[in-house]
Amino acid sequence: MLAQLIVSGLASGSLYAMMAIGLILVYKTTHILNFGYGDMTMFSTFIAYMLLTWYKLPFAVAFLGAIACGFLLGIIVDRGFLKMAKNAPITSLFIATLGIGMILEAVAGWVWGYDTKPFPYIIKGPPVLLGSVVIRRHDLLVFAIAAAIALLLFAMFKFTDIGIAMRATAQNKRAARLMGINVGQIATWSWAIGVGLGALAGVLIAPIVFLDLTRMILVMIKAVAAAVLGGFTSLPGAIVGGLLLGVMENLTIYMPAALAPLKTTFVFLLIIIVLAIRPQGLLGESVGRRV
Amino acid sequence: MLRLEGVSTYYGPIQALKEITLEVEEGAVVAVLGANGAGKTTLMNTISGLLHPRGGQITFEGRRIDRLPTERIVRLGIIQVPEGRQLFPDLTVAENLRMGAFVQRDHRGIKESLERVFAHFPVLMDRRGQLAGTLSGGEQQMLAIARALMARPRLLLLDEPSLGLSPILVRELFTILRTLNGEGTTMVLAEQNSHMALTIARYGYILETGRIGLAGKSEELRANKKVKQLYLGIRERSPMTPRGGGESGGA
Repeated sequence: MLAQLIVSGLASGSLYAMMAIGLILVYKTTHILNFGYGDMTMFSTFIAYMLLTWYKLPFAVAFLGAIACGFLLGIIVDRGFLKMAKNAPITSLFIATLGIGMILEAVAGWVWGYDTKPFPYIIKGPPVLLGSVVIRRHDLLVFAIAAAIALLLFAMFKFTDIGIAMRATAQNKRAARLMGINVGQIATWSWAIGVGLGALAGVLIAPIVFLDLTRMILVMIKAVAAAVLGGFTSLPGAIVGGLLLGVMENLTIYMPAALAPLKTTFVFLLIIIVLAIRPQGLLGESVGRRV
Repeated sequence: MLRLEGVSTYYGPIQALKEITLEVEEGAVVAVLGANGAGKTTLMNTISGLLHPRGGQITFEGRRIDRLPTERIVRLGIIQVPEGRQLFPDLTVAENLRMGAFVQRDHRGIKESLERVFAHFPVLMDRRGQLAGTLSGGEQQMLAIARALMARPRLLLLDEPSLGLSPILVRELFTILRTLNGEGTTMVLAEQNSHMALTIARYGYILETGRIGLAGKSEELRANKKVKQLYLGIRERSPMTPRGGGESGGA
């Protein structure tokens, strides 16, 4: 039973981690917290839904469609909205992302309707048995994709010019400009990849939580929680935070039945406790190190 | 090679550079001297395009550059070593150097630059896997210069490279700068250490609260009575007893 809960917790945890990485990526290079992330994820997932159920296209197409939509949304948000207001204070830009999210929500309601929709599983078939642990095929797919994404991102940040330039820009924007790095372009790339990761996670989580206008906001809040848990600036931290959060969430089943209505808030209590003990998060840099 | 004509730069309402006119010939080392706050860093950042002048113009090899963004100016070969090194502390030495060559696309050229840089700064070769933030102050300054060299500068802007270095390291630094200039790199050197700067510069400008107070060949500046007193710390026939040390103090 315990092993079972842990495995399925790890599956949803890796999706929180994926979303958390998208959030941190944008935050590190632009210092903007993307409050519209949940809605951007919802919108991209609806694109996949439309391609699947309206046009009866194969899953691969819907999948790529959602990611492309996220990628494009990221570029539009950065180039179209935020660049226009680039001299505004950073907190105003947070609110701008929230506003963009609400626009997307309105458009989505108008196009796709307000009711909750079931989202099909990508792969069907009986669950796989590993010893006494039953693993859904969907979870196996999630593990495989999450691992591939983690490796891909690691390789990008370690070995490619654009990846190292993203880290350089996050560490010292002025010095990055003096290297000839176009920091505006770096910001656009971060937005594109960040929102694209959200779209990917959205398509994978929608079969489990279903799809409507606001559900992805709850998923985003969990991604924020995972990011905070991991220290908010560290990508490995986001992975650890996400996985831990997913498992903890599943283990709340052991809470006394009387407390059951408080289950979803338990993880937030956990975060407050972690931050009280380790203000920098689990894998974060010690507070005050940055100049 | 580089010409500034009547350049004025502002921070909001405050004018930090007042009609600066300055010329740098190819192959020369030009010193920009002045006290803290005189405008040396503002001048460097205006040339690099981090700040845009409100008046006047800057030309590089006959081409106007004062409206260009920094990344375009870097591509023209004007590379700045900023004050306080400004390394990427959580990147390794090798990654910092790679970022220095960010605008270079020719892989063989990058490899050659790397070999040249390691020849000048062998210590960086030994430390290439180490995070830049963990280097000593002297090593960090070497890395800052090495990183700029990776961009194959045609004009190197050095902003206070000797700041915070021990006298021995300052001497070593100036030896390296002299070698680099001998290999054909043109330099603008902003320094509070006027004495050292004037030993390697051909020409010098003295900034005083945002304007050029004095300009001339290095020998002329060194012989100038006012320069001697204010910038070189030499008092001639002063009625006061000379205080030991000499170099202007202050943080």
